[in-house]
Amino acid sequence: MKKIIIVGAGTAGTLMANKLRKALSVKDWSITIIDKYKIHYYQPGFLFIPFGTYSEKDVIKQKSQFIPSGVELLYADVDRIDGQNNQVILVDGKILDYDYLVIATGTQTRPDETPGLLGDNWYKNIFDFYTIEGALALHKFFESWQGGTLVVSITEIPFKCPVAPLEFVFLADAYFTKRGIRDKVKIIYTTPMSGAFTKPKATAFLGNLLKEKNIELVPDFYIEEVDSENKTVRSYDGREVAYDCLTVIPMNMGDEVIARSGLGDDMNYVATDKNTLRSIAFENIFVLGDATNIPASKAGSVAHFAGETLIGNMLDAINGRPLSHSFDGHANCYIETGFGKASLIDFNYETEPLSGTYPIPVIGPFSLLGNTRINHLGKLAFKTIYWEFLLKDRKLPVSDKMSMAGKEKN
Amino acid sequence: MAQKTYAGVTVELTDEGYLVDKTQWNKEMAVDIAQENDITLTAKHFAVIEFLRDKVAKGETLTIRAIGKSGIVDIKGFYELFPGAPLKLATKISGLSKPVSCV
Repeated sequence: MKKIIIVGAGTAGTLMANKLRKALSVKDWSITIIDKYKIHYYQPGFLFIPFGTYSEKDVIKQKSQFIPSGVELLYADVDRIDGQNNQVILVDGKILDYDYLVIATGTQTRPDETPGLLGDNWYKNIFDFYTIEGALALHKFFESWQGGTLVVSITEIPFKCPVAPLEFVFLADAYFTKRGIRDKVKIIYTTPMSGAFTKPKATAFLGNLLKEKNIELVPDFYIEEVDSENKTVRSYDGREVAYDCLTVIPMNMGDEVIARSGLGDDMNYVATDKNTLRSIAFENIFVLGDATNIPASKAGSVAHFAGETLIGNMLDAINGRPLSHSFDGHANCYIETGFGKASLIDFNYETEPLSGTYPIPVIGPFSLLGNTRINHLGKLAFKTIYWEFLLKDRKLPVSDKMSMAGKEKN
Repeated sequence: MAQKTYAGVTVELTDEGYLVDKTQWNKEMAVDIAQENDITLTAKHFAVIEFLRDKVAKGETLTIRAIGKSGIVDIKGFYELFPGAPLKLATKISGLSKPVSCV
């Protein structure tokens, strides 16, 4: 009996468990997926919690619901991965052997990495919305807040869900407008990037939305520390921004297990071939999702699209063939823009987000770099697609590789 | 595309002021490019420039954080040497490409 171990039962790990179990005979291959936690959160839903659109129950399910029969789901804490000896060593000392390993340990927020974030004011007037606790605490704060300066700050790139901070300020603008206190709320967006986003077309589109919605953009702002007593956030070049409420996107780092295993870079991401998804260090270790260091966004859609490449390459490896599948870096993300509308970007390693329609030329129904109600419906519908299709590896009518169909080349 | 003369050599620049033909770069050129950006290069600057060029030659990505851990400068020091947007400025002076940020 040969063995595959998947470390991490989040989005990437779960979809690989489903793909691998379907592809490999139960007689010859045992598959074990390991995770510390029992709850699977729909993380894209956290964005809606501060504004009261979703509550906690909307974003929670049990991980076990999505693991297929024939895959062992093991709740355990992993101490480290021993790539030399093909073993996963648990904190309780148990040793698990593998023939192939999939690392899907994701990325996590590390507010401890920025001086001044944690402390007396954490979740009092400094929040994140990337965790259930932070999102819920922020909701409580917003409910009774009568106005002031709301500063939304990105600490460091990369971080998961690159569009979420923008969605957050767009939704905040709509939320306070609906409450009738928008004129009492100043919204400031600080980012270490030089603009609202990275690539030119998307940056222009999103930058314009920020202007339209009267959200001040402070670019090239690399946070050195937060002075929580004086309620200011300070950049390395000495600029200071004062806040009444600071919503921060903390530094994101890979899981500590990667550091303990000697597999990670300085942010605990695993060195991974950006096309084959095989780890650089070991031929029988593959990596999927936010845990990689590939130059694609850290997003569920990337894990989904890359999963198709990964299953193909793992089957190649298992059957002694050279890895024949290549991931193109495909990502797509809805961007909530407030007031019942959303935008959509679709891109890959080679191609920046372009205007057009998705997935079908002309018909769409979604508008790329547009701002439409149908896009918003797409974003909301995605929750069902996530639970019912994506995690369980049921086929979706969109191609894994980014397509130029429907895109405006200039 | 624009043309400029640095250290007596005429070079093509991208829209954002980076060298199109990076093989033309030399230290004298760096001094001129820096001067254009109100910076007088010191030995410390050159130590950072060498570090950046070395990293790029090895195919590694440049990040402010990595430079902060280089042992040559910390992040604050890097900002002091190349004020404003230090990574963009330093790569320009070092004859490298504009840093790619993938989010």
